[in-house]
Amino acid sequence: MDLVNYLYLASILFALGATTVLLRRNAIVVFMGVELMLNATNLALVTFARLHGDITGQVLAFFVMVVAAAEVVVGLAIIVTIFRARRSASVDDVNLLKS
Amino acid sequence: MIEFEAPVIDWAVLTPVLVVLAAGVVGVLIEAFVPDRGRRTTQIVLTLAALTGSLVSVVLLWDRVTTEGYAFVVDGTFLLTPFTLGIQAVVAVLAVLGVLVIADRTRTGQDAFAPTAAAVPGTTYEDAAREAGLQQTEIYPLVLFATGGMLLFPATDNLIVLFIALEVLSLPLYVLCATARRRRLLSQEAAFKYFLLGSFASAIMLFGIALVYGFAGTVSLEGALFVLVHPESQVLEMMPSLVIAGVLLITVGLLFKIGAAPFHTWTPDVYQGAPTPITGFMAACVKAAAVGALVRVVFTLAAGLDEPLRRDLEVGLWAVAILTMLIGTVAGAVQTDVKRMLAYSSIAHAGFLAVAFVGFSETGAGAVLFYVLAYGLATLGAFAVATLVREQDADGVVLGEATHLSQWAGLARRSPWLAAAFSLFLLSMAGIPLTAGFIAKFGVFSAAVAAGAWPLAVLGVLASAVAVFFYVRLIVLMVLTPPTEESEHPEHVEDGAEPAAAGTSRADDAAPADDAAPADDAAPATGTLTAARATLARASVVVVASRGPATVAIVLCAVGVVLLGVVPQVALDWAAQAATFRPLQP
Repeated sequence: MDLVNYLYLASILFALGATTVLLRRNAIVVFMGVELMLNATNLALVTFARLHGDITGQVLAFFVMVVAAAEVVVGLAIIVTIFRARRSASVDDVNLLKS
Repeated sequence: MIEFEAPVIDWAVLTPVLVVLAAGVVGVLIEAFVPDRGRRTTQIVLTLAALTGSLVSVVLLWDRVTTEGYAFVVDGTFLLTPFTLGIQAVVAVLAVLGVLVIADRTRTGQDAFAPTAAAVPGTTYEDAAREAGLQQTEIYPLVLFATGGMLLFPATDNLIVLFIALEVLSLPLYVLCATARRRRLLSQEAAFKYFLLGSFASAIMLFGIALVYGFAGTVSLEGALFVLVHPESQVLEMMPSLVIAGVLLITVGLLFKIGAAPFHTWTPDVYQGAPTPITGFMAACVKAAAVGALVRVVFTLAAGLDEPLRRDLEVGLWAVAILTMLIGTVAGAVQTDVKRMLAYSSIAHAGFLAVAFVGFSETGAGAVLFYVLAYGLATLGAFAVATLVREQDADGVVLGEATHLSQWAGLARRSPWLAAAFSLFLLSMAGIPLTAGFIAKFGVFSAAVAAGAWPLAVLGVLASAVAVFFYVRLIVLMVLTPPTEESEHPEHVEDGAEPAAAGTSRADDAAPADDAAPADDAAPATGTLTAARATLARASVVVVASRGPATVAIVLCAVGVVLLGVVPQVALDWAAQAATFRPLQP
């Protein structure tokens, strides 16, 4: 099977994630979009590792997972704070700073 | 069984970063073990000592790195070039000044941070925390971790370490943004926006890194450059578009951190909402670190691109530079909030910096180094001044910062020295001769001319001229316009006002309290806005006296701005010496 197909899949997932970030209203869903982008990157990294016959890409995928986990901790904390103060996690309601 | 061979690690090379990150870890332990009373002092001493230590180790490494051209640890995972050391020196200096501002509690006895940032604004729990005199000393370890990330960001040859450094510098900053003592809803909102857009940008950069790994088969920057110059990789033949896509995505991720248009939209909101000392720290240090990383990564990769691709990338950077200067100056001219205006000014500066990127030359790198120092000093100083200009209610209780421009009218009469310092910073940002900003802009524009991009330099000069307008407008407002209301209040808050501190911020937090029990989704926003305006109308403006550290920071920034403007030669020589961004013999 052609490995390049995995790269296409990774690009599609990445684009889906990016679209989610740009279009969806709910902060949690937006954040899930970011996670999808990171995991699409993992798929690309692992595929490239296979293409090159080199293990670096697989190691990198682990690094990305760890960083993504750290990001979830901080991100969800911030989103929960916003939600507790305003009873809403919609991106559109967070608009006090518009001038 | 494979024998494990331990790598030889040159610890001396790692010290600038290691000292700061280790101090961050110790800071977390201090949170756990040092009793409440001494904790804040311990943290501040530790933070300042660590940052100074980092600066000292940069200075000690200087001779070695400039003579040898580079120093590295484990295959360039950590790589010091003269340029990197220069950026690290700038970041360390600015971070020390930034921490001085962060640590200042002013005469009111309160720092800029919430007693417990986890408490929901306007709840009894928040009031209880405030009355109990709790303080959020985790600020200092967070600042240290962020600074550690900034020091690592431009100091690696390994793209994945670059990504990790980006996260290490960003994650603490997201948290720091949410910790303001006053106007907490705005502060949380700033953190929210910064986080969502920041993580989006880092995901984009990460995908770019994956693509570069895809064509190069290595995450080493010099390795990728080698593959670009000697294209033998099969994957590269199969998918040549990986090169431009990878380089572009990485560039976008880095441009986001710099705050260059069209990736600048987070900047005004985040700078306005974050606690002012953190804004100053962020505006100065993050920009220096991100520009350093961008020069290291993009300049290096650009050296390997073939002519048409290189031209494309250059055109892209032209567009970014022009757009950023335009948006920064035009939008900056119509702002009514000091912090927002400074944010747009920071965007404009990102544009001026981008002018020096064109040509990907060492002249450009040297100009960038001088520019981030000059810009950082002026910006940090300006935000430090903004922390001291406060609102005051009818009872003489000091509230949050008076950020509306009209409140700054006649500041020169209330506090001539503060107004003079602020004017100096503004003039430097505008690029008036005899200030650091002039030399910096001159360097950047002449680097562009040397690279044959004189139209860009001309546009830059025009944009600076427009920018002078809004900086000078603010100076005129401070000096010539009489204060809107001649305040009868004392210039400085009496020491006796301190016991009122507990009640102080409650009055100021009236805004969030209004929406403690929101009826529907739309109500809290409007409720808070009207309450905020009402406070604005009631409050008069005072200049609170600093307890020392912020004054020291402002004075040092002012002295730096003047010295760099009047006798720039030492710093210019230093920047020229440090302009080598790639190891000479990899």
